[in-house]
Amino acid sequence: MQNLTDDETRSLRCVAGMMIPASAAHAVPGADDDTIFADIVAGIGRDMAHVKQALHRLDHLAGDTFADRDLATRLTDIGTFQKDGGVELAALNRIVVQCYYRDDRVMRSLGMDVRPPFPKGFEVEQGDWSLLDPVRARPAFYRRTP
Amino acid sequence: MLERVDVVIIGAGASGGAVAWSLAETKMRIVCLEQGDWTKPTDYPSNGRDWEARQLAEFNYSPNRRARETDYPINEDDSAIRVANFNGVGGGTILYAGHYPRFHPSDFRVRSLDGVADDWPIDYETLAPYYAENDRMTGVSGLAGDPAYPPKQPMMPPLPLGKSGATLARGLNRLGWHWWPSDSAIASTDYEGRAGCINLGHCTGGCAQGAKASSDITYWPAAIRAGVELRTRCRVREITTNEHGMASGVVYYDAAGVEQFQPAEVVILACNGIGTPRILLNSKSTRFPNGIANSSGLVGKNLMFHPYARIYGYFDEVTDGYRGPGNCIWSQQFYETDPSRGFVRGYTYEFARGQGPVQAAIQGMGTGRIPWGEAHHDAYRKLFCHRTGMVGICEDLPEEHNRVTLDPILKDSNGIPAPKITYTLSENSRRMLDHAIARGTEILKAAGAHDIGSDPLILDGGWHLMGTARMGKDPERSVVNEWGRSHDVKNLFIVDGSLFVTSAGVNPTCTIQALALYVADNMKKRLATLFD
Ligand SMILES: Cc1cc2nc3c(=O)[nH]c(=O)nc-3n(C[C@H](O)[C@H](O)[C@H](O)COP(=O)(O)OP(=O)(O)OC[C@H]3O[C@@H](n4cnc5c(N)ncnc54)[C@H](O)[C@@H]3O)c2cc1C
Repeated sequence: MQNLTDDETRSLRCVAGMMIPASAAHAVPGADDDTIFADIVAGIGRDMAHVKQALHRLDHLAGDTFADRDLATRLTDIGTFQKDGGVELAALNRIVVQCYYRDDRVMRSLGMDVRPPFPKGFEVEQGDWSLLDPVRARPAFYRRTP
Repeated sequence: MLERVDVVIIGAGASGGAVAWSLAETKMRIVCLEQGDWTKPTDYPSNGRDWEARQLAEFNYSPNRRARETDYPINEDDSAIRVANFNGVGGGTILYAGHYPRFHPSDFRVRSLDGVADDWPIDYETLAPYYAENDRMTGVSGLAGDPAYPPKQPMMPPLPLGKSGATLARGLNRLGWHWWPSDSAIASTDYEGRAGCINLGHCTGGCAQGAKASSDITYWPAAIRAGVELRTRCRVREITTNEHGMASGVVYYDAAGVEQFQPAEVVILACNGIGTPRILLNSKSTRFPNGIANSSGLVGKNLMFHPYARIYGYFDEVTDGYRGPGNCIWSQQFYETDPSRGFVRGYTYEFARGQGPVQAAIQGMGTGRIPWGEAHHDAYRKLFCHRTGMVGICEDLPEEHNRVTLDPILKDSNGIPAPKITYTLSENSRRMLDHAIARGTEILKAAGAHDIGSDPLILDGGWHLMGTARMGKDPERSVVNEWGRSHDVKNLFIVDGSLFVTSAGVNPTCTIQALALYVADNMKKRLATLFD
């Protein structure tokens, strides 16, 4: 599988930070944080071709390496890129959020336990089964067949 | 050449496991050839923090995206719906959600009752004992007394209603519409050596706990204990025939890619609605120039998926979110035909709980609800664990132009032609989907949702593969007879979803496995005259 070039890596980091910036209010890092970004790059996998196309498109919009343009240009270009949509945008969203939302700090800020689902699992309340009473009272309504 | 066996089964998925287990008591020499691997519990995504990422990669349900060595590619360019499957021991049940509804009696009488498609050559009563036996082998959680069904008795209590189920149930009650806890192939308590569900999250990445009844942990251990041999990494290319027009065995590629010939007295296909017609069409000879068992010309035709619509809403209160199982309740308010609705047949709603953190972001960003930039965090926090909703599973009617053929160019890693799918959505399905979205929106409003959205058709939702080698009494209108034997080749049987005459408006696996047990039972009863 192909890797990202240095320029592509810089641009992707820039995109990640623009997509999900750090937030002091929520005590979370941005998606361009060292640890998270390393995870993003390592996890591109099946999306590599679309990610490269996305970065190529952004460079094209920017008229240069996307990461090297000023913030105002980058914001305009991102706006155009998002408006165009498509599989490249979906791939960028996917590779960033699939790593961002498993980071310890982010999970903690969302009130989640910082662990995989297995083996502890989760609690799901039984709920109020008396809600079923009106349906129980209903006569059978499936069609009889001859 | 390998030693001759009595029975070779191709495919170790839902139906392959059931037929193998049932036939094992005959003490015949039975070998099953499966192109994929066993999946170890420790392999499943929910063992790691990257569980959602892995569901998008090597545990993805699209074979074209997953693209493991053990997968075959599918040309879907001419299909409105893309295929979802899993290739390995357990087949699609490794990834299935475990919704386990039976067909209704009316589903076997579609032509007589509604004047469309064809009646099945068997009825609900015929299948009822096999449904019951399959429920016991699988372990079904649910609740007796559903007024939408004839009486049936699940083995375990229903899966919890949870916050999401209760919210939706209140909405349904306000409208006076039917709902019931879903019959699920997920153990709500410990069952036959399997541990009960611990709400790991969403079941469609495979179940590390073993609570979900994939056939690798239900039928297969029992079949192997009873003497069946299961060979993995064996991909079948074709079924061969002898000078009498009987199947003589199968040609396959083993794990090392070496071509092997497995002679057999009986060949059983259990490769699903795509894999089975693919092998039949690829088994050409002078006697069978259009593929084996295809004198009707119907092999590969009448492909049915279930077109799915998704309807979801966001609520002020917290929903179950990433805490699972995904299965919860269903509604069959609009299941049976009502001509005033503008379409024939009907659909089931299956209600989902919520989403994991990554899916919540993907869907929120995909629908423009969660922006990039500063505002991302607040928007995300408003939506995460506040969403729930449903899918509408619409009955798909058989149409011959919806079909599986062999792609002239695309091949798998062994050089076997890949299947090509040609499928268009019918007008009847479109109307049914629109109805499902409109009524689903009413349910969500009644339940208190403040922001409601829908997907008019789940494009990658081709997880139910049916109809491509249908059963019937008339050899000109069907591929196999009423107990699964090919009309043309009397030692060739089919037991998977290809058999379906119509699709019903419910998930198929419970019926696929019951049919496999029914075919096996018919074979056992006729052993002395099986080829007459
Ligand atoms: C994500 C997902 C969710 C689902 N949810 C539900 C649900 O909730 N309820 C429900 O009822 N159904 C559900 N399904 C569908 C369910 O998995 C299938 O209906 C069921 O597995 C089909 O059984 P089968 O025996 O016809 O085929 P499969 O289970 O698909 O088994 C076919 C097997 O044949 C093997 N095979 C194919 N070709 C060859 C070859 N040439 N050589 C050797 N081996 C071969 C394959 O590798 C595979 O293991 C879901 C499926 C998916 C993917």
